[in-house]
Amino acid sequence: MSAKPRVATAWLDGCSGCHMSFLDLDEKLVDLAGMVDVVCSPTVDIKEFPQNVDVALVEGAVSSEEDLHKIKLIRSRTKILVSLGDCAVTGNVPAMRNFFTIESLFKRAYQENADVPLRGEPASTGRSIDGPCVAVPKLCENARPIHEIVKVDVHVPGCPPPPDAIFHVVAELLAGRIPDASSLTRFGK
Amino acid sequence: MTPEELGKLAAKEQKARSACKHRVNVCCAAGCASMNSDKIKDDLQSAIKEKGIADQVQVRSVGCMGLCAAGPLVSIESEGKSVMYKGVTDGDVSEVVESLEGKPIERLNLPTDMPFFARQEKIVLENCGVIDPERIEDYIAVGGYAALIKALTEMTPAGVVGEITRSGLRGRGGAGYPTGLKWGTVAKSPAREGRKYIVCNADEGDPGAFMDRSVLESDPHRVLEGMAIAAYAVGATHGFLYVRAEYPLAIKRLKRAISQAQKIGVLGANILSTTFSFNLEIRLGAGAFVCGEETALIASIEGNRGQPRPRPPYPAEFGLWGCPTLINNVETFANIAPIVDRGFRWFASIGTDKSKGTKVFALAGKIENTGLVEVPMGIKLRDIIEDIGGGIPDGGKFKAVQTGGPSGGCIPKQYMDMPIDYESVKEAGSIMGSGGMIVMDESSSMVDVAKYFMEFCKSESCGKCVPCRVGTAQMYDLLEKIHKGEGASDDLAMLESLCELVSQTSLCGLGQTAPNPVLSTLRYFRHEYLELLRDGQKELAAAGADKGKDGAV
Amino acid sequence: MTTMTASPSSAAHDIQVVTLKIDDQEVSASRNQTILQVAAENQIEIPTLCFMPGLKPMGSCRICLVELAGSPRLFAACVTRVSEGMTVITDSPRLRKYRKQIVELLFVERNHVCSVCVSNGRCELQALAVKLGITHITQPYRYDKMVVDSSHDLFRLDHNRCVLCTRCVRVCDQIEGAHVWDVAGRGIDCRITADLNLPWGDSDVCTSCGKCVHICPTGALTEKGTAVAEMRKQPDFLPYLTIMRENH
Ligand SMILES: Cc1cc2nc3c(=O)[nH]c(=O)nc-3n(C[C@H](O)[C@H](O)[C@H](O)COP(=O)(O)O)c2cc1C
Ligand code: SF4
Ligand code: SF4
Ligand code: SF4
Repeated sequence: MSAKPRVATAWLDGCSGCHMSFLDLDEKLVDLAGMVDVVCSPTVDIKEFPQNVDVALVEGAVSSEEDLHKIKLIRSRTKILVSLGDCAVTGNVPAMRNFFTIESLFKRAYQENADVPLRGEPASTGRSIDGPCVAVPKLCENARPIHEIVKVDVHVPGCPPPPDAIFHVVAELLAGRIPDASSLTRFGK
Repeated sequence: MTPEELGKLAAKEQKARSACKHRVNVCCAAGCASMNSDKIKDDLQSAIKEKGIADQVQVRSVGCMGLCAAGPLVSIESEGKSVMYKGVTDGDVSEVVESLEGKPIERLNLPTDMPFFARQEKIVLENCGVIDPERIEDYIAVGGYAALIKALTEMTPAGVVGEITRSGLRGRGGAGYPTGLKWGTVAKSPAREGRKYIVCNADEGDPGAFMDRSVLESDPHRVLEGMAIAAYAVGATHGFLYVRAEYPLAIKRLKRAISQAQKIGVLGANILSTTFSFNLEIRLGAGAFVCGEETALIASIEGNRGQPRPRPPYPAEFGLWGCPTLINNVETFANIAPIVDRGFRWFASIGTDKSKGTKVFALAGKIENTGLVEVPMGIKLRDIIEDIGGGIPDGGKFKAVQTGGPSGGCIPKQYMDMPIDYESVKEAGSIMGSGGMIVMDESSSMVDVAKYFMEFCKSESCGKCVPCRVGTAQMYDLLEKIHKGEGASDDLAMLESLCELVSQTSLCGLGQTAPNPVLSTLRYFRHEYLELLRDGQKELAAAGADKGKDGAV
Repeated sequence: MTTMTASPSSAAHDIQVVTLKIDDQEVSASRNQTILQVAAENQIEIPTLCFMPGLKPMGSCRICLVELAGSPRLFAACVTRVSEGMTVITDSPRLRKYRKQIVELLFVERNHVCSVCVSNGRCELQALAVKLGITHITQPYRYDKMVVDSSHDLFRLDHNRCVLCTRCVRVCDQIEGAHVWDVAGRGIDCRITADLNLPWGDSDVCTSCGKCVHICPTGALTEKGTAVAEMRKQPDFLPYLTIMRENH
């Protein structure tokens, strides 16, 4: 191989736990670092998802328009897309909001539970009715697993998937095989 | 009552009938009754009294004459001649009475030689529209209970089973299981604590089906007689009629029929002065479609939640309270007396090699003559649709006919010349079912049809087993998504794989057949699904290149 | 049909032992045993979910379906009795595919958010997913909103995690004799209900014995006061009770 495989990781609607688990590979990370080029990751300061990625590990459910945009972009620039962790694979905790309307969600999160004054709040209640400011991406009606939006090549469930499962998956992919993580992890692991 | 006394009663009734110059029959089955035919009958009666000819004219309510779309129907038999009037209203009453001695009323006349009547062959419905279902004497006058006498006095139980077996009769409740074989199994199964049961399945839950209702409303004694013969043949002494509660008229007539039959001794202890006893009770179904499934029906009669259980063991060996139980459909029982009476050879001469006798169908949908028809097995679909049914109204074009209700499928026009029998209908991707026939013209969307039936199955699933409970709900959602134009080929693929799962793994017939409407519309009208898909064009183009091969016979 | 009689000459017909083949293994069994029982005796594992030794089998989850040579139909091993000469196939690509699909349907039917479930790691549904190699659910999730009944002093019923196996219904009826539970509704709207739709805590007949909680395969019935992954179920009382009753 002339160049090292280009690996990226990305983060949608998740808690970053899967990335933490990835970092928990500890000294194995060093081995990995020698084998791949990490071209984009929340842990690497690159803003735009690059072209020609060989493997992308994506954490989190698809919840907002931004997530939608991101996952489509990632898919179009990636050879092998790995759904990393329960949020990406099943929707998991982010999808627990799917029983409620977005309106009631906002009300709960930004009015009833708000503890800092919000822009435009009426003096009487101390609570804003405008919801989050315009810069926050719009929520989709439902938070959904990645494979319901784009094709996913490998599913790695777990909350978070244990480091050795992640390592196994990456190692297998580097060896040119499509891994089966079912013996190393499961929903809720 | 002894057999001789019954014979005398029949003779007396026949004499009274022939003494009358005119017999006016007013259909008072549910269809015509909903258009006030009861009042028309009363009005006719008073008009005749007023005219002073009450001694020459008999007016009576009769059961269904079949052409419900043209109701209320009135038929008049006068000295060998008969006329039939359609759409009779209160306003027509005096004119009808006048016409008795004059010319028939052109305006109301319904020619009885029209194919709708002429092409039918009636066994099950032969008394419907002819006798007053509320008078056992009427039934006896046309030969009723003679078959029971014959069975009890001239035949052994095994002989009766043999007769039914050789007649080739198959169950009319849907699956077409050989009736004689089932009777034989129950006859041979050892009674438990001396008990065996007979059950008549009158739960008729298919949307649009009303064959059984009509028989029960128009000729209830025929069913009672069939059940009594069955009880004698298999060695049962107790029976249940499981009728859906939505059929109040049928229930009322059955109750009356049972008490009349008990009174004259054709039901109850020591029937017709023999040692044979048979008691019948009515049980009402609360309208769950699944309670028509035999094991669910048993659970329901036993007072439990109406849910199917895995078979084997079959009810024939392990049925009500663990006793051998014979369950047959209303129409199946209605065929018994004529077979016993006229012999198996007569019955076996009607129909095809493997499907004997006749079948009652309820014609509905985009067809001129909606109503009830009885035709010999093996008749061509075209004859039913075009001749008997009178074709598609408003110059429409035939597209498909849906048979077998939610368990069946759509048969497209290339099968117009197919004979209607159990095997052919199955080969065409549907089932004979209990007799619903919904005709569709070119304006019908087949995805719509599939969605409609899936919604039915989804809401009627009892929820016991996973594939049916969740699978039908998922299939319905997919159909809706496709219907709305939001589906893609992945959704269609998932729908098809669910069809396979649900049909192969569900516990009872409801789930096992729930995918049929989808499968059959996919088989013949796949392009209608593809046209709705976001990405269907590619497959559509590929199919277009193949045109002619697709779905051809 | 052969009918049994007590006469010595028919003793040969009374023999209750049959031989059959399960996955190419010749086995013998007693005539009134089910395929599942005989397979288990011979260390052949057939996956199950609604089945629970000691309760009357239902044949309703359809996970234990097996093939019988010569029949296109599939049979639930838990309710199908063995017979002489039967050839049973307990594992095939077709069976594996169907089992996977059925388990997937259970995952989409309710809201099994394993990561926040008190039974996480000790759940039979999860275990089935692992056994069948399910790493994701291909079916769209239903996201039907479900309630949690916390009205009982000691226990909790979370409909989000119920698979409608009716083990609770059966144990409470057949073993405890209280008959608190039933299934209400039809199709996808089926729910386990206490005492004709009362909050569980209002049930007059519940003895708080906990049997239903401990044989529930998932996190649907649990003890209160347990946090994620803390619920430990002890279903062993059931085989014990069954043996004691049989020997009584
Ligand atoms: C979901 C379901 C509904 C059924 N409904 C009816 C019904 O309404 N009437 C009926 O006669 N048979 C019905 N059947 C068929 C019965 O289970 C049974 O096969 C039939 O009553 C046997 O009678 P037969 O042999 O005379 O046809 C139904 C079956 C299924 C699976
Ligand atoms: S197939 Fe449907 S109706 Fe039949 S037992 Fe299963 S859930 Fe009930
Ligand atoms: S509550 Fe538990 S035991 Fe009861 S039906 Fe649901 S999953 Fe089964
Ligand atoms: S705790 Fe015992 S009595 Fe109460 S519902 Fe459960 S099994 Fe029945």
